[in-house]
Amino acid sequence: MSNKKLIPLTGDQAVAEAMRQIEPDVVAAYPITPATEIVMNFSQFVADGRVATELIPVESEHSAMSACVGSAAAGARTMTATSANGLALMWEIVYIAASTRLPIVMPVVNRALSGPLNIHCDHSDTMGARDSGWIQIYAEDAQEAYENTIVAMRIAEHNKILLPVMVCQDGFITSHAVEGVDIFPDGEVKKFVGEYKIAHSLLDVDNPVTYGPLDLQDFYFEHKRQQADAMKNALEIIPEVLREFNDTFKRSHDLVEEYFLADAEVGIIVLSSTAGTAKTVVDSLRKKGLKVGLLRPRFFRPFPKERIIKALSHLKALAVLDRSDSFAAEGGPLFSEIRAAMYESGQRPLITDYIFGLGGRDIFPQDIEKVFKDLEEIKKTGKVKSLVNYLGVRD
Amino acid sequence: MANIKDLSKIPERLTGGHRLCSGCGASIAVRQVLMGTADPVVVGASTGCLEVGTTIYPFTAWDTPFIHNAFENVAATISGVETAYRALKKKGKIKKNIKFVAFGGDGGTYDIGLQSLSGALERGHNMVYICYTNEAYMNTGVQRSGATPRGASTTTAPAGKESYGKHQLRKDLLAIIAAHNIPYAAQACISNWNDLVTKSQKAFATDGPAFINVLALCHKGWRYPGQDTISIAKLAVETGYWPLVEVVDGKWRFTYKPKTRKPVIEFLKTQGRFKHLFKEKNKPVLEQIQKDVDRHWDYLEKLAQATS
Repeated sequence: MSNKKLIPLTGDQAVAEAMRQIEPDVVAAYPITPATEIVMNFSQFVADGRVATELIPVESEHSAMSACVGSAAAGARTMTATSANGLALMWEIVYIAASTRLPIVMPVVNRALSGPLNIHCDHSDTMGARDSGWIQIYAEDAQEAYENTIVAMRIAEHNKILLPVMVCQDGFITSHAVEGVDIFPDGEVKKFVGEYKIAHSLLDVDNPVTYGPLDLQDFYFEHKRQQADAMKNALEIIPEVLREFNDTFKRSHDLVEEYFLADAEVGIIVLSSTAGTAKTVVDSLRKKGLKVGLLRPRFFRPFPKERIIKALSHLKALAVLDRSDSFAAEGGPLFSEIRAAMYESGQRPLITDYIFGLGGRDIFPQDIEKVFKDLEEIKKTGKVKSLVNYLGVRD
Repeated sequence: MANIKDLSKIPERLTGGHRLCSGCGASIAVRQVLMGTADPVVVGASTGCLEVGTTIYPFTAWDTPFIHNAFENVAATISGVETAYRALKKKGKIKKNIKFVAFGGDGGTYDIGLQSLSGALERGHNMVYICYTNEAYMNTGVQRSGATPRGASTTTAPAGKESYGKHQLRKDLLAIIAAHNIPYAAQACISNWNDLVTKSQKAFATDGPAFINVLALCHKGWRYPGQDTISIAKLAVETGYWPLVEVVDGKWRFTYKPKTRKPVIEFLKTQGRFKHLFKEKNKPVLEQIQKDVDRHWDYLEKLAQATS
């Protein structure tokens, strides 16, 4: 279905292209590095009449998400984009958007959350929002960020889900690097995302509804339970949506990506662009006869636990690479969840965590080789010497 | 001028049975404001008494679409609803003409929501914003706000041995709003219903953002018997404590002037929040408050003259 003609685009431009094709009714957004180019590119599409979208150039991210909530409650297909401190400023309303069950899609360009101030990549921004009730998809490259944006709309608006979605890509590494991106034909994307019709619109004046009531001890808990159920539903429905996407666009998206795991003895688990670097290391170690593999969760929320257990249970030793710290002294957020999931696996592989790349610190193939070397040692000795490690940082 | 016969044909959008106090100024303000349009209207409210008193799940007192989002963002929220309306109308998915109004208390408007409001006004949304001012954070228990007047005792600026309550003047919100050069801005009071309904009609008829700051008394916070809400509101107007003015396309004018302004103590003495001011040692504060009122009145006179 694709044009097969690659267009040189940055991750930000690729996401803006997806937004152009989706053509949401409303976009409310505020500039923040490194997500700004998404909004800039999209604003040009509006200015040039290439989309009929109404743009709300708000005065802050807090107002961006607030306006998105109003717009989505009114039944408009609604999007925004942000990074780091912008996401932090909209925090309060991020939770409200999810609990109001509004299918807002928000590309997030992952960036270190201050302080100190730093504009480069890590995952501290969206990892902090992992319990906000948003679905989170993490992209390895610009192509995937583009495709995830399209698929996110369908997931968000599914009537058994109705949850907002963050479409994450790595700041600068993905957002500002130019790659050849395969852009699908506009018509195919429009057909795939389809028309959105809200069940209870704020603009249905003949059937007035109240959004955002005070919800006390007698009902709040049930509503939170429904929210949890929606996330559970998402875990079942996302594969269906991905199948349809894959059939339409000849792709192979899944909840997780497995790389040489079938016969692997040790493996790395990592999100987003670092998986690209890690795959080259897997390739070179495989050539040397080492049984190494990689797992890249594409969805972090909902957390695809069963798939992860299935993919990793037969391994002897695992290393999670976390691009954010939780300051819990027990490893980063990805580690905590992978480790908790593996508790249920019969074999319980040995597991260790590496915090890396904070504030955009580069990670090199030799860093990942070191991790694999450590894993071989763990496999041999049957012992994890250090549960939480810091990779590529001066001591 | 509004007349009661016409107004009686406008449906009640805020129905009875809500849980606001009897004698609450907020519900009176809302009902008068909503008489300003016969069109369908979508209502937004910031977190506060109005919202919690009218929408305790699974009940709602709103017989019109209503949205509450958070405390500081009703302007941004309604701006999103209004934009969605324009987007969907453009595509033919909505046919009706719908009005949009946001209600925020003084805490949600003078203080925490000022940025959200300023942004929405600057962007020029076709919406009405109503600040229902009761001069403190009433929903959380009478804490001082940027709208609390000098001399009032609140729970975070209480009168005590060393203090006469709030020492600072309240913000001149109307001037701040007028500085956004929006087509319509006004100040009104629930006691002067025709003035408020007329201003609301103008606000709803305005193409672009319109704003009204409505004095909506809170007898719990002001400490007076609930049945006196309207009579005390009247004193606020008659003493010049709360002048009734409007700013149309930058032109300031009084919409009502008392023949002779009563001394402000006539207003102050009706309320427990000012009771301590009537001690001998606080006499200078009472004098200062009268000076504050006079000075602001003169300032408005000059503004009206200068912009006429």
